[in-house]
Amino acid sequence: MLKLMWSMLSSMRDLLPIVLVILFFQFFVLQQPLPNVGQLLLGVLFVIIGLTFFIHGLEQGLFPIGESMANAFARKGSVFWLVTFAFCLGFGTTVAEPALIAVAAEAASVAANGHMIESTDAARLQYATGLRLTVAFSVGVAIVIGVVRILKGWPIHWIIIGGYLLVVVMTMFAPKEIIGIAYDSGGVTTSTITVPLVTALGVGLASSIRGRNPMIDGFGLIAFASLTPIIFVMAYGMII
Amino acid sequence: MDIFAQLLNTTLGTLKDVFPIAVIIFGFQFFVIRKKPANLPEILMGFVWVVIGLSFFLLGLEWCLFPLGRLMAEQLTDPVFIHGVESAQQLATAVHTIDWLDYYWVYLFAFLIGFSTTIAEPSLMAVAIKAHEVSGGAIGVWGLRIAVAIGVAVGISLGCYRIVVGDPIHWYIIAGYIVVVIQTTFAPKMIIPLAYDSGGVTTSTVTVPLVAALGLGLSETVPGRNPLIDGFGLIAFASLFPVISVMAYAQLSEIRARGQKKAAEKRYKEES
Repeated sequence: MLKLMWSMLSSMRDLLPIVLVILFFQFFVLQQPLPNVGQLLLGVLFVIIGLTFFIHGLEQGLFPIGESMANAFARKGSVFWLVTFAFCLGFGTTVAEPALIAVAAEAASVAANGHMIESTDAARLQYATGLRLTVAFSVGVAIVIGVVRILKGWPIHWIIIGGYLLVVVMTMFAPKEIIGIAYDSGGVTTSTITVPLVTALGVGLASSIRGRNPMIDGFGLIAFASLTPIIFVMAYGMII
Repeated sequence: MDIFAQLLNTTLGTLKDVFPIAVIIFGFQFFVIRKKPANLPEILMGFVWVVIGLSFFLLGLEWCLFPLGRLMAEQLTDPVFIHGVESAQQLATAVHTIDWLDYYWVYLFAFLIGFSTTIAEPSLMAVAIKAHEVSGGAIGVWGLRIAVAIGVAVGISLGCYRIVVGDPIHWYIIAGYIVVVIQTTFAPKMIIPLAYDSGGVTTSTVTVPLVAALGLGLSETVPGRNPLIDGFGLIAFASLFPVISVMAYAQLSEIRARGQKKAAEKRYKEES
């Protein structure tokens, strides 16, 4: 109970900056009163409760299961199953991601505006779905590359810098309309539930394989997951 | 407004998001690993907490932060506010010359909202907790979070500046990449993977909706910008700059640690 109170307090502290920024702009810059004060306060209370519960669940559920699975896969020694799991986790968590659905729909209207596709609902839906599957596939590939990197102990920076080079080269050839969306798609793929799971998976793998350092080898999965969508989305824009 | 109906609705939405993840996790757990994890009931309870927590969190954001934040983004980017003109007719004559300096409140808002939403971003907390644990306390939870938040803040304000002046996005991103590559050769080896990761974790539940509203508002109101093309790109800025700021943070703490060590050695020599 004391622990709960304590984490409630730290959630409040996490939220305080936003509240201050909003109040400052509302009163001093825009000089307007707050609308619906009751609902606002209730909303803040909900955010605090939600954050507290989430962090609690994270430490009790998401971290342990991610790590115990990483351990079990390492002990089992089957690279095939580990890679399959990595792909499914990347693909499955991304394909239904609400932020991605929103961005894909937006991208479809950009493409229709730029006369890359026909301006009908069917063509747009097809484009958006194709884009979503592309991004989800690319995240699956990213987690696989990341897991193989942990197994082999490759240094991360060569892969990331290579990826950057690819992005730069592709930027020269990709249609102009897709570039902004492609760059953004890297940021929207990693959701609040995926990040803890993937982090725990990487750290767990690196700690259960001999000769790997969890700090140097365990992190980096999310970096891949935010780089490959950029590449795949630009490729998608070039092909379609 | 029926609070419980809304809460139920959001919970169902969160469940829908968590469902595929749970299927994959437990599917592999039971069919491939074929062993029960050590404390299954506790882990399942953990998932329940996560779902409840996220539902409250999202609903609370939807009630307090998002409408207000979006409204502010709209008002701050409104030409009437920025150029101090009173009507749309006056505006047509006034905005022939846009000066990027006129948008100073927008940059400040972008900086502060980028910083503060990143501090409250749950996935960043998750990574910071893990990094603290794995590094044996060498990486502070708050140090990392503040470093990332500064990166996001700088990134989003620079992104807003780009929308106002209308430069093509890729030069900024490529320049950022070059800085990252140079820093990679100098930064402590331990921080590099974490720094790369921090780019991806910053932009999720809290930051993305607000930042998207800001980008859209700006590109709709700055003359000569097309929201469909220029409205994008803020998230890319917000995921690139934390990589730079986290590496810078690690470099600074290394330099400071080296300085302290030197000072300690000097003191030791003087004493002996």
